[in-house]
Amino acid sequence: MPKQGIIKTILARHKKDKSRLIEIVRDVQSALGWVPPAAVAEIAEALNVSKVDVEGVATFYHFFSGAPAGRYAVYLNDNFVAGMKGRAEIAAAFEKEAKCRFGETTADGLIGLHATSCIGMNDQEPSAIINGVVFTKLTKAKVKQIVAAMKAGRDMARLVTTCGDGANQSKLVRAMVTNNIRKKGPVILAPFKPGEAIRRAVTWTPEDVIAEIKRSNLLGRGGAGFPTGLKWDFCVQSQADRHYVVCNADEGEPGTFKDRVILTEQAHLLFEGMAVAGYAVGAKEGILYLRAEYAYLKNHLEHVLEALRKKAIIGRNAGGKKGFIFDIEIKMGAGAYICGEESALLESAEGKRGEPRDRPPFPVTYGYLGYPTTVNNIETLCAAARILAKGAGWFKTLGTAKSAGTKLLSVSGDCRKPGVYEVEFGLSLQKLLEMVGGRDAQAVQVGGPSGTCVSRGQFERRIGFEDLPTGGSIIVIGPHRDMFDVVHNFMDFFIEESCGWCAPCRVGNSLLKRKLEKIMSGKGTIRDLSDLESWGRIIKTMSRCGLGQTSPNPILTTLQNFRHLYESKVRHDTDFVTEFDLKAAVHAASGVTGQKLTEAHHE
Amino acid sequence: MSKPIIATASLAGCFGCHMSVLDIDDRILTLIDLVEFHKSPIDDIKTFSKICDVGLIEGGCCNSENVETLREFRKNCKVLVSVGECAIMGGLPAMRNGIPVKDCLEEAYLHCPTVDPADRMIPNDPELPIILDKVYPCHEVVKIDAFLPGCPPSAELIWKALVALVEGKPLDLTYDLVKFD
Amino acid sequence: MSKIKFTVDGKACIGTPGQTIMEAALANGVYIPALCRYEGLKPAGSCRICTVRVGGRPMAACTQPVSEGMAVENMSQELEDMRKALVEMLFVEGNHMCPTCEKSGNCELQALAYRYQMLVPRFPYQFPARSVEPTGGRLLFEYNRCIQCLRCVRSVKTKDGKAVFGPLGRSEKKKIGMDKELASKLSDKDAREAMDRCPVGALLKKEVGFVIPIGKRKFDKTPIGSDVGKTAS
Repeated sequence: MPKQGIIKTILARHKKDKSRLIEIVRDVQSALGWVPPAAVAEIAEALNVSKVDVEGVATFYHFFSGAPAGRYAVYLNDNFVAGMKGRAEIAAAFEKEAKCRFGETTADGLIGLHATSCIGMNDQEPSAIINGVVFTKLTKAKVKQIVAAMKAGRDMARLVTTCGDGANQSKLVRAMVTNNIRKKGPVILAPFKPGEAIRRAVTWTPEDVIAEIKRSNLLGRGGAGFPTGLKWDFCVQSQADRHYVVCNADEGEPGTFKDRVILTEQAHLLFEGMAVAGYAVGAKEGILYLRAEYAYLKNHLEHVLEALRKKAIIGRNAGGKKGFIFDIEIKMGAGAYICGEESALLESAEGKRGEPRDRPPFPVTYGYLGYPTTVNNIETLCAAARILAKGAGWFKTLGTAKSAGTKLLSVSGDCRKPGVYEVEFGLSLQKLLEMVGGRDAQAVQVGGPSGTCVSRGQFERRIGFEDLPTGGSIIVIGPHRDMFDVVHNFMDFFIEESCGWCAPCRVGNSLLKRKLEKIMSGKGTIRDLSDLESWGRIIKTMSRCGLGQTSPNPILTTLQNFRHLYESKVRHDTDFVTEFDLKAAVHAASGVTGQKLTEAHHE
Repeated sequence: MSKPIIATASLAGCFGCHMSVLDIDDRILTLIDLVEFHKSPIDDIKTFSKICDVGLIEGGCCNSENVETLREFRKNCKVLVSVGECAIMGGLPAMRNGIPVKDCLEEAYLHCPTVDPADRMIPNDPELPIILDKVYPCHEVVKIDAFLPGCPPSAELIWKALVALVEGKPLDLTYDLVKFD
Repeated sequence: MSKIKFTVDGKACIGTPGQTIMEAALANGVYIPALCRYEGLKPAGSCRICTVRVGGRPMAACTQPVSEGMAVENMSQELEDMRKALVEMLFVEGNHMCPTCEKSGNCELQALAYRYQMLVPRFPYQFPARSVEPTGGRLLFEYNRCIQCLRCVRSVKTKDGKAVFGPLGRSEKKKIGMDKELASKLSDKDAREAMDRCPVGALLKKEVGFVIPIGKRKFDKTPIGSDVGKTAS
């Protein structure tokens, strides 16, 4: 195998640029199916860094592997909704057909089976990414067909015979993914004529553009709700010879997929929003940080960018303003939920491990490559473009006093009409459930695992920053589901996705899950419930970034809203129940020596 | 009022903690005035014939017999105390905890260079206690009421703790008393 | 230079611009418990033990800049218990067999446990399967004891600035990687310093051990943090 040559070519392609380390490793991974130690050494030598620096990056992301991942690498989504839709059966079918277990690769290196966190297809589960091709609504028959095709050495893309709707059908996408747009609203999903926003913006001063955004009360759509105008203002006030606009296209919160739909259908609106932001903060360069799971959209997005350059909406003389230059580069992630956190995203965009930074300094003063940077959510930038086109006054007529505008919701789970809904802020969960066909829900997980689990009695609560803020993930949980399974799955997710930097998140979440399992096994006590609560509070208080600060939420919010379930699971007659099981503990040694527990051993 | 009754046991330990009890020197005479020793290697009483006030446990649980003993102590002692690192966290014996028990047994009895080739067999007499998959801290097996760390805990700590337990007073831990080595 | 007025638990303190809460507190003779912090190294904020509250908001004192009028809450019962919990988490995360460890008595993790009078962690021991990496030149890496404070990652570099240590993986599987080739080139002095910087007994210089007997070591008689404020007015 001409490995030597391949890596040299890859290094040359990326000009031995350290800030392109993720791209380099990605290319190695896709060329060789893994990142072998020899490649690590060669990259380190070429970039003049230590091997641990390269290995650190190569071991951080889901889609890089330190062992052969398989010439066909199956990444099967393992979030809770996938489980609702029959993931276990599909996983078993893959294992049966491929004759290999999840977490392993077949002996001949042909097929590797891997579990991965939410890939943004919750409305069409079970789903998987295989060699970059997205497979949705998997069935046992389809799995059989896929594995047969692998054994025949076929290109996975050729298995996509029917494409989804809209731009999923375009030559550059050709994906079986469907948009499932159930409700279009006036801000994000309404038709948008390219140029409407930027051409207007450039006739104003940047200060006036920021003032208009401030007037609109636009709050960040990632869920945290920071005022967008203020963020731009901070950014522009940071003196530097360069400023950046970074679009966070790394929606990783389990259950969210609305950004995928925007990228598929409204990318021109997004890019124009970035141009508006660029004009406002004085940036010449924008970066779209695209999650690896959406790599199948990259060519399409490049195409949209090229079309916008031709129309002078971005690029030279952007928006028709002489001398205003603003262009956009797409940077790829490699599979890490934490990179949705803005400072981790910046680290990753710089080619490093996606570990959050200490803040302050905030990205608006010290961002991409150290320059002042505004990092905004896809939906925020789209809304900004629309505000420039239609005015802050118009925008404020939508939604509520504190939450102006609309919100895209990604609805999935136990409902008849999963998909994307653009609704005005202020909508109650009850109304939403009626809209999506999930009236009999026992709970709604608002904002994904890091959000809030709302019980039936509280469905009058409303989507909005004043009540239930959300990045858009809405998971409907039907009456037949075991809430403990939901919580357990979410804890698994946080444990897997913790970057491991700080102790409370790295260690605490596993301990919390172990305690939850004790309770689930019927060995819990009232004391264990108070431990859950107090340990959860410790992790929330002491963790370094938003991941750890929200990771106990699945437990804490269900402890609050589903207390009766926990109470009915634990023993009330004693304050100590051991998990120790003598029979299980001697099992291994018995197997070696043939000794058996006698009667005397039992209590 | 009758004297408080104390029982002691060494599970997977080295008897160092018991030695440390003896390290209280001449105060042992005072101790004997204060308390009555029941089941303990110190007086060689082997079975419980009455409920004890305080049980002192040295060592963690590495085999089925340790578990049995510990459970018996729990049943017969009002207050049960983990004494020393091994009881509290497995200690030195727990260094095997990351290694599968099969590998441990094979290394110790089959592959180790110091094993006489003629004797290469893993002990399997049914009378022998069965090794557990790992060494368990005592408080993971039964409820433990108090913990005295150290390897061994100092005589001073043991003395103060015993006096406090017997007199039913809170234990005043000064900085020099809490040590893990 | 302008002065910043702030308080820690009500005590009036004076800081200077650019200082973190930790630096400013120390300069005023106020001890804030910490573990991953090391004088002279860029703060990592990884252990979170120095978490304080300002206006109710928790923040790491080692990374947060001090600012005018800050009222820092440091020694509240709540924070001290949470700090103790973090120490306990680190104890159960690894395999900390103090009686067998060369660093016992000089170990900062242990010293914090002494300070908090940890008799037994509130969390169950994890007993992870970890290894010892003996081939790092003059250094050996005892992974059973590593608490991922990142001090070695931040400080041990080769002459041309390459990192000898770096984080690998993520989540609970994260560990500190050692470039054995680069480690083997470290001088005797570098290796000694690396060992001294390691707060626990994870990085050890080979061929020395137990020079100072147990009982006469740094934290055997004196609690960690006792030196803070001794020289301050």
